[in-house]
Amino acid sequence: MGIDNIWVFAQETEGEPVSPTSGTLELLTKARSLAANVSAFVAGDGGAVAAVLADHGAAKVYATGDLAGALPGVAVASAMQAVINGGETPDLIMFPQSYEGRDVMSRLSVKLDRTVLTNSTSITVDGDSVTVQTPIFGGSKLVNSTFTGEKPFLAAFRPKSFVAEGGAGAAGEVVSAPVGDLGTTGGATVTAVHVEEHTGPKLDEAAVVVSGGRGLGEAEKFEMIESLAKALKGAPGASRAIVDAGWVPYSYQVGQTGKVVKPTVYIAAGISGATQHMVGMKGSKNIIAINKDKEAPIFGIADLGIVGDVHKVLPQLLEALKSRG
Amino acid sequence: MNVIVCVKQIPDPALPGELDPSTNTLKRDGKLILDESDSYGVEMALQLVTAAGGGEVSLVSMAPNDETSGLRTALAMGAAKAVLVSDASLAGADALTTAKVLAGAVGKSGDYDLIIAGTESSDGYTGTVPEQLAEVLGLPSITFAKTVQITDGTLKVDRQTEEGYDEVTCSLPAVVSVTAGVVEPRYPSFKGIMAAKSKPVDTVTTADLGVEAVSWAQQIVSVEDAPAREAGEIIEDDGESFNKIVEFLDNLKVI
Repeated sequence: MGIDNIWVFAQETEGEPVSPTSGTLELLTKARSLAANVSAFVAGDGGAVAAVLADHGAAKVYATGDLAGALPGVAVASAMQAVINGGETPDLIMFPQSYEGRDVMSRLSVKLDRTVLTNSTSITVDGDSVTVQTPIFGGSKLVNSTFTGEKPFLAAFRPKSFVAEGGAGAAGEVVSAPVGDLGTTGGATVTAVHVEEHTGPKLDEAAVVVSGGRGLGEAEKFEMIESLAKALKGAPGASRAIVDAGWVPYSYQVGQTGKVVKPTVYIAAGISGATQHMVGMKGSKNIIAINKDKEAPIFGIADLGIVGDVHKVLPQLLEALKSRG
Repeated sequence: MNVIVCVKQIPDPALPGELDPSTNTLKRDGKLILDESDSYGVEMALQLVTAAGGGEVSLVSMAPNDETSGLRTALAMGAAKAVLVSDASLAGADALTTAKVLAGAVGKSGDYDLIIAGTESSDGYTGTVPEQLAEVLGLPSITFAKTVQITDGTLKVDRQTEEGYDEVTCSLPAVVSVTAGVVEPRYPSFKGIMAAKSKPVDTVTTADLGVEAVSWAQQIVSVEDAPAREAGEIIEDDGESFNKIVEFLDNLKVI
């Protein structure tokens, strides 16, 4: 009884060297505080990541082996179902709120006929009861939801909901969990992988993030954001509005459907503060906002708010930073 | 080439959201509009049908009441018809139930080559329905598509990933979820709006679809206010406010 056995869907980064995503390690760390038995479930042979997963709490690393171009969603879910049909009894399966995490969870939800709770930022376990908390209305309210059906429970968590800590000293024994015949569901094949080049710190790891929005007026002005980010050794980010408009790639997007960031300083330039955006950055330790409209919601959460024109303030700021050397 | 698009009618996101105090679920009793994130799917479907030189775009949708104003917007854009599953028992339904119900609605929509959905709704944003729908129907799926092409009966998609994108090919029929920005949704023309008024909307119940056991294994236990983040100092730019920012960054020792 109780929640003794937790699986974590472990995701690998796409570039070299291969490592588990930070969201994966956060979930493993949380899982080992909740249950005695923690396993990771990884797409691929698991060899390159097993040691790190073990260090974060995985006693077993279920590995599907090479997916041969299949998308992870249906393939990993099928492998998970096979292990469960083989007699394993996870009480809870945790997924990073990522593209692959969502896909695997969705497929498994139907295969096992289990509900899903997503976008959560915390979890509490009381005996057999699991409650997760999900921010709504731009993070102004928190909804506590509980699972009422049969185990295993399926839950997905936003990045940075928990803090990753190594040193667990778990065994990390790699166990083969092959993908079965996917039948008609296996029709999709990855034919090429493109990883975007980027320099400077990663958006979700940088100590300083400078983001731009519609208030910049035109795509060319995003250069000011890039320059300021560079001057502060930070990463540039963007609101959904300008990503949708095609000014910058999706990988820049901060918000509900983009990256969650919690830097020391977040500078929002020409961003009004739509709910979608605020969810992704309101955990920042310090927020500076520059916007023409003094009624903009972003000023409600800013530690320093400048009601002004980004086209004037940003060049002045850049100049001042430059003169300090 | 027939394409089915999953669309959701939601409370206007421009208005403040409200929870029903008795169920703690989002209030949906006011006017419902087409979820903007579904307008991309509708547009993509219309373009694919045009490129194929024939066929039609059908809509499937689910609602706790018989609201159709959001569907009419998608019909005005050019979709031919819609199946609306309208049932009071669906109020507060989870994503898995939604996927099962939509699968039933797909079964009422005739032959199809492709099903398109948004990546997530703008109100509930669980973000699992397209992939769940594919599994219920036994179909392959490609989620988070940022481009969609069909050449010689094969689906080709650039699929958004955390670190770039993947090129993916897939047999048909299949389910695709599209990101916002995949295409520029058209505005309905006056002619389109007039024509939409007489396009068929087949309103059915879960019983009509043979979808049983409308219940879900999750429950909202409570809703609380998040700790408020206090607003700090707000100043009007007087031409010197950049100094305030430098000072602020200096105090934090980031410069």
